[in-house]
Order: sequence, then structure tokens, then C-alpha cells
Amino acid sequence: MVGIISYGAYIPRYRIKVEEIARVWGANGTEISRGLGVFEKALPDMDEDTITISVEAARAAMARRVINPADIGAVYVGSESHPYAVKPTAVTVGEAIGATPVMTAADYEFACKAGTAAIQTSMGLVKSGMVTYSVAVGADVAQGEPGDALEYTAAAGGAAMIIGNDDPIAEINHTCSFTTDTPDFWRRENKPYPRHGGRFTGEPAYFKHVIGASKMMLEKMGTKPSDYTYAVFHQPNGKFPVQAASMLGFTMEQIKPGLAVTYLGNTYSGASMVGLSAVLDIAKPGDRIFMTSYGSGSGSDSFDITVTDVINSDLFNRDAAPSVSALLADKKIVDYAVYAKHKGKVVMME
Amino acid sequence: MSVARFWRKQQNRYNLIGTRCTTCGKYFYPPRGFCPDCRREGKIVDHQFKGTGKVVTYSIIRSSSGNFKLLTPYVLAIIELDEGTRLTSHLVCDIDQVYIGMPVRRVFRKLGEDGSSGAIFYGTKFVPA
Repeated sequence: MVGIISYGAYIPRYRIKVEEIARVWGANGTEISRGLGVFEKALPDMDEDTITISVEAARAAMARRVINPADIGAVYVGSESHPYAVKPTAVTVGEAIGATPVMTAADYEFACKAGTAAIQTSMGLVKSGMVTYSVAVGADVAQGEPGDALEYTAAAGGAAMIIGNDDPIAEINHTCSFTTDTPDFWRRENKPYPRHGGRFTGEPAYFKHVIGASKMMLEKMGTKPSDYTYAVFHQPNGKFPVQAASMLGFTMEQIKPGLAVTYLGNTYSGASMVGLSAVLDIAKPGDRIFMTSYGSGSGSDSFDITVTDVINSDLFNRDAAPSVSALLADKKIVDYAVYAKHKGKVVMME
Repeated sequence: MSVARFWRKQQNRYNLIGTRCTTCGKYFYPPRGFCPDCRREGKIVDHQFKGTGKVVTYSIIRSSSGNFKLLTPYVLAIIELDEGTRLTSHLVCDIDQVYIGMPVRRVFRKLGEDGSSGAIFYGTKFVPA
């Protein structure tokens, strides 16, 4: 059955505290941190971007399992911050894991759910028998205008899932999507920062789609929230996923292991997939995972996943790559000046 | 750097592909097409290095230019790979963290770019293991 053959995450080492960002803009950091449920966010090193993050995540996935790179027939990378407007991130990932040249590749963009869209495409290719393995990556060096609400959470990081049919560590029982044209958040061509509809990003956008896709999934599978061990929801902040979980009937115990946002921030296309990686880091055979992503614009992809015995077998070595909690623990806190330099906000002569 | 010049060495830079002489067992990075010891007897084949090694020596760069200007201060190190050959690389770590003999591993990073509209060059750097 189609499922996750391996997975890997990557989070850059650098962090800035939400309070430090608030200090620069004369805002109340303690209040903002508490309001958002986010205390720190990850930022890239000077020589890191969405391509390097995607490669590191994909290599972490390759390290956990013996996979012949020649059997990888597709690489898809979802992101809002592809370094090139024209020239795919996915080809560099393919080259860096040795999967080129007999593979197809493309970059995806659907705000924060481009990574889970890549998982769905990969599932289609694997299920139809067109490819043996497909790599789906969700990664971002998230953009947020200085001083805007987004700046407190827009973070860097990503995760990769290798999708295949044979001996998956977790079977994907079903996926479904809920999609409409909802202008809650966008970035126009050639603009460095996205704009958003403020409060409009909540009820008619995030909640309508996350709840819509999640309810469809529960109905289709004939399950109730208590049938799942873990649940992961898109995490633009620490409040929305908790609220969505409670509206659907999931408990805090079910969502806490996958709630990476508190000390990571919102890694946009990477967010749900890093959350899923954190759950797979601790999951046991038989555990059932519910995941719903959200991408502005707007859509949600829902997944019903069952962890198999393979996760604890000789075929898979979870310790061969760092866990999300280990990546979060390896950190260096910087101030706003260093953050501005790392994010390219310091204008230099060319 | 011209696009073609970088592209020709892309596999070497991305995946640490070097060469090995199957006659004497010596490894080469950057790759050599000819073994300086075995000469005509040598047989050269491609070899992908594991990407782990240790610091042989290093220098801390405090003043730089071009693509490296914003990276200062940074560590430039001679690294001996586990297979035995040595290469020079940027070592990404705090400058007070580095020491001779420090175990390191490869990472994928941006090596530079040809201005804001030119090509971006990626490849291997090292971090503490």
C-alpha cells in the first residue's frame, strides 16, 4: 500500500526570540508571544536558502533507509521562497541525492500547503505504477515584512517524505482536499513580502478549510478523533491548530507532539510536514496519525496515516538522522541586527 | 564564475565525487584523471566520499571580499576525509569552536552567486560532526 518509505527534517541553527523582534518595533513582546503561542523562530544561516534546506531534509530521509537513488522517479518541492523564479529547486534536490537524470521534477507553490500537495502528487505516481519512489519536500525561508505581524512567526525549515509502495514505515490510508478561491494571503510577482487580510485569515480561510477537509476525512473513513493517536494541523502560530483541534474534538495530548511551531515559528510549506516528522520521530507501530495542512489562497489537504511495524525493523534506522526535537535543541539565539543580516535585509552595494 | 565552469564540477561539489586509483588505493579530491604514483599502471575510477573527516589545520578569515564579505569572521579549514585525501573548505561553526582534529561532516550550502540576477552556486561545506 502507498505510504511513507522514509522522512527527514531540517531546521537551521539560528533562532530569534519573538520578544526581540517586538523590542525593535516598540511592541509588547511578552503579550505578542503569549497571543501567538510562539516564543522563538528559526532563521537561515548566511549561506542557507530553500534549496539547501530541501537538500538537507531529503538527505536526512535517504540516510534513514537504504534506497537506490536510481529508483527515485520524481522529486517535487513545495515552497513560497524558491530561490529562482524560473529554474526548479527540485532539480538541485534530485542531483544532490543522486536521483538524476531518469526522473521527473517540478516545483510547487500553494502557500503553506505546497509540500502536502507534493505528497499527493507523489502518491498518484506511485499508486499508478509510474514511479517506484517519489520525493515530496515542503520547505521555506518564510517571508514577512519587517514590522508586520508575519515577521514574528515567518521561519526557516523543511521536511521531506519519500513516498513508495513497498514496506512503508507508515501507510497513507486516504487523502482528500478542500479548496476554494479565498484571497486571505498573497504575494505578487516581484514583491519581496506577502500581504494578508489580517483577521480574514482566520474564520473564512484557515478554519473553514482545515475543518472542511478534516470533517470530509473523518466522514469518508468513518472515524472519530479518538481513533487517532496523533493529529497534526497546519501551524501558522500556536493558537490556530489548538483551536482547530478542539473544534474537531481532538485533545491537546494528540496534537502536542506535532506542534513544533512554539519554538520554530511558521515554516510555511514546511510547517505541517515538520509537525508530521516530529510525530514520526516518536510513533510506534499501529499508531494512527491524522494530518491536515492549510495553504492560503486557499486549500487544505487531509491525510489518514497508520504507522507500520517497518518503523522498528532493520529496514529503517530512525537514529540515522536527527529528530525534530534534536534539531530544535541545537540552536544559537541572535539579536535583530544579526537576524536582519541573515535575512538579507541589510542593503549592500552589488 | 561562468555557468559552464561551475556546472562541469557540479557533481564533485554537490556530492563529493572524487576519484580513486584501484592500483594503489589512493583517493583524490578534487578528482584526478591520472595517478601520480602508479602513472601508466594506475586505473582511476569515480568515488563518492562519505563526507566525514577531521580538521588538519585552519585559518580564521576576518577580512574578505565579494561573496564572502558578509560571512566574516569565518573558518577556512584543510579537512582530511576519512578515506585519506585532503581538501580546503569553509567550515561553518563559531570561530571559537574550531580546533585541530575536530571531527566534521559535509553539509549542502550556497557557495556564492553571480549578483542578484545571476546563477546561484551550491556545493559542499563542513560543520562540526
